[in-house]
Amino acid sequence: MTSPFNRRQALALGTGAVAAAALGLRAGPALAAKAATDEAIKAFTRGREPVRGKVKLELPEIAENGNTVPMTVSVDAPMTKDSFVEEVMIVAEGNPNPGVISFHFTPSSVAEANTRIRLAETQNVIAVARMNDGSVFSDVKQVKVTIGGCGG
Amino acid sequence: MADVKPRIKLDKKEVAQGGVIEVKTLVSHTMESGQRKDKDGKTIPRKILNTFTCDLNGKTLFSANLESAVSANPYFQFKIRPEESGTLTFTWTDDDGSKIQATEQIKVA
Repeated sequence: MTSPFNRRQALALGTGAVAAAALGLRAGPALAAKAATDEAIKAFTRGREPVRGKVKLELPEIAENGNTVPMTVSVDAPMTKDSFVEEVMIVAEGNPNPGVISFHFTPSSVAEANTRIRLAETQNVIAVARMNDGSVFSDVKQVKVTIGGCGG
Repeated sequence: MADVKPRIKLDKKEVAQGGVIEVKTLVSHTMESGQRKDKDGKTIPRKILNTFTCDLNGKTLFSANLESAVSANPYFQFKIRPEESGTLTFTWTDDDGSKIQATEQIKVA
C-alpha cells in the first residue's frame, strides 16, 4: 500500500463526517440544556471537578413510562461526624429543567435514598455528591425513555 | 392541603443505639410541573411540593429539595440512624407555603 489512505481509513473518515453532521443538526437545544446542566453542577461543586466513583446511581436501562422512573442513589461514605455526605444532587440533561432533586444527608442518616422521577426523553442522568470536606464525586447513567414524562 | 394524609412506614420502631430504621413515605400530590398545557394551550402553572424534611425532636436527619422532575405522589425511601428516642416529624412544603405533616414515635434502646 503506497496510497496515503487505505480503504479502511477512508471509510472511517467518511462515517466520522456523517456522525459529525448528524450531531451538528441536534446541537442547538441539546447544547443549551447541556450548558444549563454544567452550570448547575458547577454551582453545586463550587467549581470543583467531580471525580467518578463513590456515588452509585441506579436507574432502569429502559423506562417505558417517563412519568415515573424509579431511582436509587447511594454513596460509599462512613457517615460519621468527621466524614459524611452533605448533599447529593440529581440532574437530568434532557429535561426542560435539568434539576431533579437534591438530598441532604447528616451523620444520623445513611447515604442512600430512593424516589421516582420524571424524564422527558432518552438522556443521561447525573448524580453529584458533595462530602463535608468539599470533595465531589459523580456517576452517570443513560436511560432510554419510551414515553416522555413532561408536557402532554 | 391539610386534609392530605401521608403514608409512612417504618421497618421497625425500636432500635439499639447505632441501629438503622428504613423509612418509606408516600404523599398524594399532583406535582404539577409547569410544563403541561391545558386544552386552550395555556400553560398550567407549576405547583409542587418543593421541600421534604425528616426531623427527630426538631433536629433534621434527612431532607430533600424537590424540583418539577419528581413524579406525582412523591415517594421516598431512605434510612436514618437515630441517636435518641422521640418524635419523628415528616414535613412536605408546597409552593404555596402550605405544609403537610405527619409524626411517628420511635424508641432507641
